Amino acid sequence: MKIARIIAVAVAVALAAGCAKKQDAAETSAPSSDVAPAYGDAIVEGSIGDVSGFLTAVTSDSASHTAAGYVFNGLVRYDRNLKLEGELAESWEVSPDGRKITFHLRKGVMWHDGKPFTSEDVMFTYRRMIDPNTPTAYAEDFKQVTRASNPDPYTFVVEYEKPFAPALASWGMHILPKHLLETYPDISRSPLNKKPVGTGPFRFVEWKTGGKTVFEANPDYFEGRPYLSRVITRVIPDPATMFLELKSGGIDMMGLTPLQYTRQTKTEEFHRSFNKYRYLSFGYTYLGFRLSHPLFSDRRVRQAFAYAINKKEIIEGVLFGLGEEATGPYKPGTWAHNPDVKRYPHDPERAKALLAEAGWKIEGGEGVLEKGGRKFAFTVLTNAGNESRAKTAAIIQQNLAAVGIRMEIRTLEWSAFINEFVDKRKFDAVILGWSISQDPDQYDIWSSKKTGPKELNFVGFADAEVDRLLEEGRRTFDIEKRKKAYFRIQEILAEEQPYVFLYYPDSLPVVQKRIHGIEPAPAGISYNFIKWYVPKGEQKYTSFQP
Amino acid sequence: MLRYIVRRMLQTIPLLIGISLISFLVIHAAPGGPVEMSTDLNPKATAEYRQRLVEYYGLDKPLHVQYVQWLGRMVTLDFGQSFSRDGRRVSEKIAERIPVTLGINVLSLGLIILVAVPVGIYSAVRKDSWFDRISTVTVFTGYAVPAFWLALLLMILFGVHLGWLPISGLVSLEHDSLSFAGKVWDRARHLVLPVFVSAFTGLAGFSRYMRSNMLEVIRQDYIASAKAKGLPERKVVFRHALRNALLPVITILGLSVPGLLGGSVIFESIFAIPGLGQLFFQGVMARDYPLVMGSLVIGAFLTLLGNLLADVGYALADPRIKTE
Repeated sequence: MKIARIIAVAVAVALAAGCAKKQDAAETSAPSSDVAPAYGDAIVEGSIGDVSGFLTAVTSDSASHTAAGYVFNGLVRYDRNLKLEGELAESWEVSPDGRKITFHLRKGVMWHDGKPFTSEDVMFTYRRMIDPNTPTAYAEDFKQVTRASNPDPYTFVVEYEKPFAPALASWGMHILPKHLLETYPDISRSPLNKKPVGTGPFRFVEWKTGGKTVFEANPDYFEGRPYLSRVITRVIPDPATMFLELKSGGIDMMGLTPLQYTRQTKTEEFHRSFNKYRYLSFGYTYLGFRLSHPLFSDRRVRQAFAYAINKKEIIEGVLFGLGEEATGPYKPGTWAHNPDVKRYPHDPERAKALLAEAGWKIEGGEGVLEKGGRKFAFTVLTNAGNESRAKTAAIIQQNLAAVGIRMEIRTLEWSAFINEFVDKRKFDAVILGWSISQDPDQYDIWSSKKTGPKELNFVGFADAEVDRLLEEGRRTFDIEKRKKAYFRIQEILAEEQPYVFLYYPDSLPVVQKRIHGIEPAPAGISYNFIKWYVPKGEQKYTSFQP
Repeated sequence: MLRYIVRRMLQTIPLLIGISLISFLVIHAAPGGPVEMSTDLNPKATAEYRQRLVEYYGLDKPLHVQYVQWLGRMVTLDFGQSFSRDGRRVSEKIAERIPVTLGINVLSLGLIILVAVPVGIYSAVRKDSWFDRISTVTVFTGYAVPAFWLALLLMILFGVHLGWLPISGLVSLEHDSLSFAGKVWDRARHLVLPVFVSAFTGLAGFSRYMRSNMLEVIRQDYIASAKAKGLPERKVVFRHALRNALLPVITILGLSVPGLLGGSVIFESIFAIPGLGQLFFQGVMARDYPLVMGSLVIGAFLTLLGNLLADVGYALADPRIKTE
């Protein structure tokens, strides 16, 4: 059924796309600058999931976080180059010993209901983040604070026991209005979680559950009124339907799949109406070994895997070339990424040599490696419903067969996979992905102290030097020092190969051409959303005029 | 008759309890709970936080205690609070989606009856005619074709190429600024494809049933004698045969009652319709136990009610059937 469905969708969409066959060379056309910015019009986005609530502290899904981002602000945010900059904080200072951060707040910022924003609100937010009544997954960062104070309405000071670099980014948490939430002990049960009031560029208009959310421009926004009058997010759970909605003009913006990007949007007609963008996403896919498994405890075996696996073929076959070979857990182009670590070009001969060195030889007629009577055979697990991971597994299976390793593939329903196999360490190897956070602290994934039940170092990686460097990296605000620590960690990971880092996929957003002002940057495209505009003559939704 | 209905109603109570117990055990036996679903592989979620969530949802109590508590609330018709972060009541979440699912299903059932009854009659009366053959092929095509596939093809044709109909959703974005007539027209346009697809794919059962009933009836002696009397065919078919042929349809109608509120996930996802099917599916995926239990109990109740209505309706329509 599932497969039949995918094929049918592919056929249906291919039918629709098959009218004009002319290849178009230009991937994206540069935005013309002769059309003047104008206020008005709306952008309609497509989203697979519905919002679950507007208070980011208590939600964890991306639809909710995106929606909340229109309404709320944090003290800090990442700019177009992924550097931290002030948002509700005009500036901040870190004390020389790195234990105290002083935020200077913006003056004259108003909540959407007209009340002024002050340090009381920040204090309130902090208190609610550490309050046991708040069901938030993000309390840990705030519990590191030993003392918080607000000496005046525009200053907020936090102290930590030890310098904690990820702490600064944690103040990107949305600041909540004290005057509206004070009386609710559990903020997730407050009306604000359904009808948010914030300081952000857009004001909440309505939320039709399962249907759409609507926001309108905040004329008093402290960085200036956004050009677009409205942001409407429509919930369209089926990706094929969403693509048809895009083509018929029902939505203006969505993320494309590699297949849609390369094969189904090549028509001239499509390029007349849409701009496609392409940049590395914040995530990578990997093959992770259970390092205590007798097959994988030898580093040479893991390196042999890295040589045996043809990452280029995976990127071509799975992503249609829309991605990059991964070398470690950081995104290329960001400051923490070390581009000069050991690489493993596809080389089956070297893989065989390394395996032979580790004692694995082909003995029988089946062409499978053996050592002491044991065949090199194992099972890789991945979650069902993720087509690209399943395809990746199939390619790896072929690659490994070529060097005499027999790999079985088993796909499992997500929660069974995580709860019954990963958490209980009942796996040989897994294919999974991580998203990459903007702060490079990856203590939870690589520290030998994080191998307990439900903790994320489930492969059981333990390296004293990495442990020390992880600690070093999170205990200083000095970017150069942090960079040194993370560069070295990447060298060790590349050498040790606890994961075979496979690929970083591209993000492939597409936006209707009438929307101007989009400037792709390392942070993606949405960082300057309030500067997006539609020139007067091209505006479509005119009933939403301010 | 009244005593019969009351007795049947009372019989449903142990049935409902049994159904809810099985559902409760099954959903709790599924791997991963609501806490795991929202915290798995989240580096920010500590063991302490997970523990706090377990207590927050009341999942730290033994399973039988949880069930008894749930049952206790059910007696007062309290479905409880959804585990989802909007913190809304289950009854509220289900209630807001009922009009959508019910509306579409009533329209499509109406369309099915409107088409299936005449098609069934005509194919029976003109058995093995061209009309009979073509209608057989057509309704079985509808039965065999996957709804999502047909939906996509129609969307491509009417939505993208011709631009006559909207592709998905229930209303257009500017719905609120339209006049009353405009609003009705807007809604109708959005309903064309979903109602057509769901009716077309559901036509087979009803029309075949109608046809076979009719075939059975027109073989009866009293039809032969009506014909022998020299009555015109119209009269024979509609006055004498139809009434009896329609009887078993009551059973099917009764069995359709739970279906009226049981939205289909695939169908609702394809058309981006925020109905009960999607709500239930998301509830299961997030292990939102109160929501899942609420939906299941409503479904079970409607099934039992449908059966009862069918039996009562049958008894009313056919004096030969005794309820005692």
